[in-house]
Amino acid sequence: MARRSSTGLIRNKTAVAGIGQTAFGKGLADTELSLACQAVSSALDDAGIDASEVDGVASYTMEPNREVDVARSVGLGDITWFSQVGFGGGAGCAVVGQAAMAVATGQCSVAVAWRARKRADPTSRPWAQAQARLTDSSQWTRPFGVIRPVDEIALLTRRYMHEYGGTRDHLANIALAFRKHAARNPASTMGHKPLTRDDYMSARWISEPLCLFDNCLETDGALAVVVVSAERARDLKQPPVYIHAFAQGLPPQHQTMTNYFNDDPLRGPAWTAARVMWEMADMTPADVKVAQLYDAFSPLIILSLEGYGFCARGEGGPFTDDGNIEWPNGRLPVNTSGGGMSEAYVHGFNLILEGARQIRGKSTAQVEGADVSLVTSGEGVPTSAILFTKDG
Amino acid sequence: METGWLLPDLSDPTSGEFWRGCARGELLVQACAACGTWRMPPRPMCPRCRSTGVRWEASSGHGRIWSFIVPHPPLLPAFGAVAPYNAIVVALDEAPTIRFVGNLVVAADGEINEIDPSTITIGEPVRVVFHQIEDVTLPRWVRA
Ligand SMILES: [Zn+2]
Repeated sequence: MARRSSTGLIRNKTAVAGIGQTAFGKGLADTELSLACQAVSSALDDAGIDASEVDGVASYTMEPNREVDVARSVGLGDITWFSQVGFGGGAGCAVVGQAAMAVATGQCSVAVAWRARKRADPTSRPWAQAQARLTDSSQWTRPFGVIRPVDEIALLTRRYMHEYGGTRDHLANIALAFRKHAARNPASTMGHKPLTRDDYMSARWISEPLCLFDNCLETDGALAVVVVSAERARDLKQPPVYIHAFAQGLPPQHQTMTNYFNDDPLRGPAWTAARVMWEMADMTPADVKVAQLYDAFSPLIILSLEGYGFCARGEGGPFTDDGNIEWPNGRLPVNTSGGGMSEAYVHGFNLILEGARQIRGKSTAQVEGADVSLVTSGEGVPTSAILFTKDG
Repeated sequence: METGWLLPDLSDPTSGEFWRGCARGELLVQACAACGTWRMPPRPMCPRCRSTGVRWEASSGHGRIWSFIVPHPPLLPAFGAVAPYNAIVVALDEAPTIRFVGNLVVAADGEINEIDPSTITIGEPVRVVFHQIEDVTLPRWVRA
């Protein structure tokens, strides 16, 4: 394997200086563009930076709002760097990480990254739209009724259970932990509804072996972050959240979401992103005090715990036992705002803000001494991850 | 007749030959014309030797269930009408990393919801059969 340059590392050269979000809900009255502008505006206020200073913008390829429209509404300045990252929920950390790369290399000086989404909009449920004849890789799955993302991940989940003895109790551990965390977070959409193991076990199926509570929420809302140089961040209103390391991952012979066609389908993009991220970081998984792991579906947590090196392969299920992923006493509190399953599902961008809040000491489930905070994007698709640190 | 079923485009230049094979009752696998390596799904270049030469080879049509699910609503109407149904992944006996998504049925023209899902097990042997929907012939699987 080719050795990467170590002189070019972006380690601690940039920081998240501002975070902003709208309310989360269903059927919000505002348009997606308005939500995006409100989130960006609030992140700039949080940082204490004027909109005219923004010269870099980044979002997802699936983001409905174009850079030009957000820039004109918010009043951004001369934009000298703009970029989008593909693969849906795999993009989140890459959007922020690429903004950090752009700032670190001088392509821009103040970058904003955002995601805005209204699930009520039919375009946000691609599987339910009228289909022409299939020409892409979906022709190998959809004619057989593997139609929704939940069906695609359920096939990997069943195989995982077969190979490693994973159980529905492990998946319930995850759903229950995140709901408990959401109960402390007034911004969450599900915190008011307690969830018991009985509720989980008696819930309706969506795609066996996955039930209703293995699925993320459907949420309207928007979030944004502001990325600047570490030097600048130290002079701003908020304590800097340093971007210590960032990585993307797309392994050989990977097929996004329907990864059933290679030698080892249960070893997904997380392993690739993790390898690079730990190479670039001057720390190990044991240093991570809190993690926000992408949770469109509960089994992705188990795969991510393994992929990012918190346990060996096949041990991600048992890792969730005994309250290990719960605040405040777990070995590794995971998704401390409630995550996509109990706070809001905004394509994983809310995980990024929670990861930053943990470093600032401002989470509603604050982990004591959280000086290293991991955020990951979607496992099962080409993905990305970020390590935030308190010390630069 | 429009069925509302999700179906492949038979004129797709990369994979059309697979679907034409199904119409003839053959489960074809795309092979590299230069080095012979099988690949699924089909693609325009061999990831082993980078040849763009392609030939199509008949498989045994015998395999084992690698994984399975049972989808429940909400689904597209045509699929919701037969839910809950099964969907399976089959690994070919002669090449276990060549896999096909399909459905386990009692007989070629049965519905995809006729097998009791609680009886489906990973590793059980199956063999391919073919079923026509609109102008497309889909591979399906019966217990071997
Ligand atoms: Zn070849």
